[in-house]
Amino acid sequence: MKAAAKLPRWAEYGLLPLVNLCAALLLSGAIIRMIGESPWSALKLMVDGAVGSQDSIGYTCFYATDFIFTGLAVSVAFHAGLFNIGGEGQAYIGGLGAGLVCLAIGTWSPWIVIPLAIASACVFGAAWAFIPAWLQARRGSHIVITTIMMNFIASALMTYLLVNVLINPGQQSPESREFGPGAVMPAVDVVLAHFGITFAPTPFNMASLLALLACLFVWVFIWKTRWGYALRVSGQNARAAVYAGISPPGIILAAMVISGGLAGCLGVNELMGSQHRILLDFPGGAGFVGIAVALMGRNHPVGILIASLLFGALYQGGSQLSFDMPHVNRDMVVLIQGLVILFCGALENIFRMPLAALLGGAGRAKT
Amino acid sequence: MDAYREIILLLAATMRVATPLVLAALAGLFSERSGVIDLALEGKMLAAAFASAAVASVSGSAWLGLGAGIAASSLLALIMAFACVTHRGNQVVAAMAINIVVAGLAPALALAWFDQGGQTPQLDGPGQRFLGLAWPWSQAARRHPFPGLAYAELVSGHNLIVYFAVVLAPACAWVLFRTRFGLRLRAVGENPLAVDTAGISVNALRYQASMISGLLCGVAGTYISTAASAGFVRDMTAGKGYLALAALIFGKWRPYPTLGACLLFAFADAGASRLQGVALPVVGVVPVQFILALPYVLTILLLAGFVGEAVAPKAIGVPYSKEK
Repeated sequence: MKAAAKLPRWAEYGLLPLVNLCAALLLSGAIIRMIGESPWSALKLMVDGAVGSQDSIGYTCFYATDFIFTGLAVSVAFHAGLFNIGGEGQAYIGGLGAGLVCLAIGTWSPWIVIPLAIASACVFGAAWAFIPAWLQARRGSHIVITTIMMNFIASALMTYLLVNVLINPGQQSPESREFGPGAVMPAVDVVLAHFGITFAPTPFNMASLLALLACLFVWVFIWKTRWGYALRVSGQNARAAVYAGISPPGIILAAMVISGGLAGCLGVNELMGSQHRILLDFPGGAGFVGIAVALMGRNHPVGILIASLLFGALYQGGSQLSFDMPHVNRDMVVLIQGLVILFCGALENIFRMPLAALLGGAGRAKT
Repeated sequence: MDAYREIILLLAATMRVATPLVLAALAGLFSERSGVIDLALEGKMLAAAFASAAVASVSGSAWLGLGAGIAASSLLALIMAFACVTHRGNQVVAAMAINIVVAGLAPALALAWFDQGGQTPQLDGPGQRFLGLAWPWSQAARRHPFPGLAYAELVSGHNLIVYFAVVLAPACAWVLFRTRFGLRLRAVGENPLAVDTAGISVNALRYQASMISGLLCGVAGTYISTAASAGFVRDMTAGKGYLALAALIFGKWRPYPTLGACLLFAFADAGASRLQGVALPVVGVVPVQFILALPYVLTILLLAGFVGEAVAPKAIGVPYSKEK
């Protein structure tokens, strides 16, 4: 039924995403040209802004860390055949989990606070994902719709909590008080200084290590364990999975809980690594970037890592761009993100078939 | 008398808040009934809001703005149909892509063209906006509160798009349930194979449904930027597209219940801003955020089957291919 042509592995995982990305960038370039700026100098400014100095590299990695968490979250659900659009809300609530621990015991030793806060972020994010998962598994509610609704509910809940409960007394803006010293995720420059290496101070922090571990965890889990195998089988063909003795409701719950836990870790990077307090809307759309990252990274942790770095660079380079080009702002990055989703996700067959034809015989086989 | 006045004003506010929801929800009704999940309502409305405000401010005509809004929204509907119907791409992914593209593109173009930080210029010239129409004797009627105020606030004083929204639900119900096109449209959302076997093009029907959705979203977006406010600002649809989708599900994909859901959600919204800090009997002060989250909670409960049951069109979300 699928008219999709099969590509060799290197083309499937390397060439096709690259072609899709180029298409998105070309289209964005055309729009920048239409606006009256030079796409070429915009690109140069962006690259320079993203990797031109230690400062910018630090910020690029900091943003990339957010996207790794949300990208992995989307991909784990994808492998189970689920589309989790709720990464934004799960990250928001996960941050609440981390933040509550940090506020409660932030003055204790970091060796206790940080692991507890990470665990709490995972549990809160997972719990927020569990609701739509349970509704899908037991009541058949469409998970795309329920996760979208949960995003709005998370946003309303967090606004309520920050405005009425967690707000720092005597302060106007809806933010919690600052975390204690034990709740600070060590910055990479501080850690490197211990080894005698100087690096510019940036929000780039040890949550990035957690993100790399999460990549490893997802890789092992999806491809090296029987649970991961069951999850993939169920995602590819739920009926076959039932015959193989796999229970789809169980898979839905497991996949979404892991997905939500991963998204929740975003709060560790944003709040403990950078903001040191809970504030409004700190995920800032990273949950949606996760969709682009997962699609572009072909749902593989290595691909997601690369795509996250790329998007981190786009975000950091984009803010640099808006400083230097008065007619271009960061919205351009959101546009590129949307185009990447369009080309890597919805329109991927457009390039797949010509590529398959170009690559010859191997591509002719239809599945 | 004050309570009466409050209620009338609340109902009038409900009508104004409900208008874009009704338009967008009924837009979604067509595409979803044809079997295409329409998560792109938000993006189509936002694009229309920008295009209409931009054209209205340059040309000075709200009607040209409306045309531009419909054109922009329909173009996106066409792209979505191209990706999902012709190329059988994932409908949810395509819609998210459209929403995100518009969220970036609209303020980027606004900045480049108008140089006002991602907004369009304030629409304050004559004819640039759809303004409320005063019906005959509405001013005089205000002096006689009992039927008069209701007449002045509820019947009179709205702009054309609100009246369009008022007649839209019956019109949609008629098209869907009383015309041949409507019958085919519903059939293609339930069982496209049967429609195909009858010699009717599944893709053509789905394209038509998408275009209707594009048109109505265009009107909804135009309302948001040129009637409800005076110009485009970043992210000004603020989730209304998703709220409309919730209303559509809450209305179980049927025109009148969908209209009812839109009115209910709009009533909650209009009420929330009036109830800020007001202590109600029995429950005390209800936080505004709870009222704003209510439509989403209700929709989830409905989808979970705790309050009635929502049965989606059977073939929704499934790309149709003849070879299967």
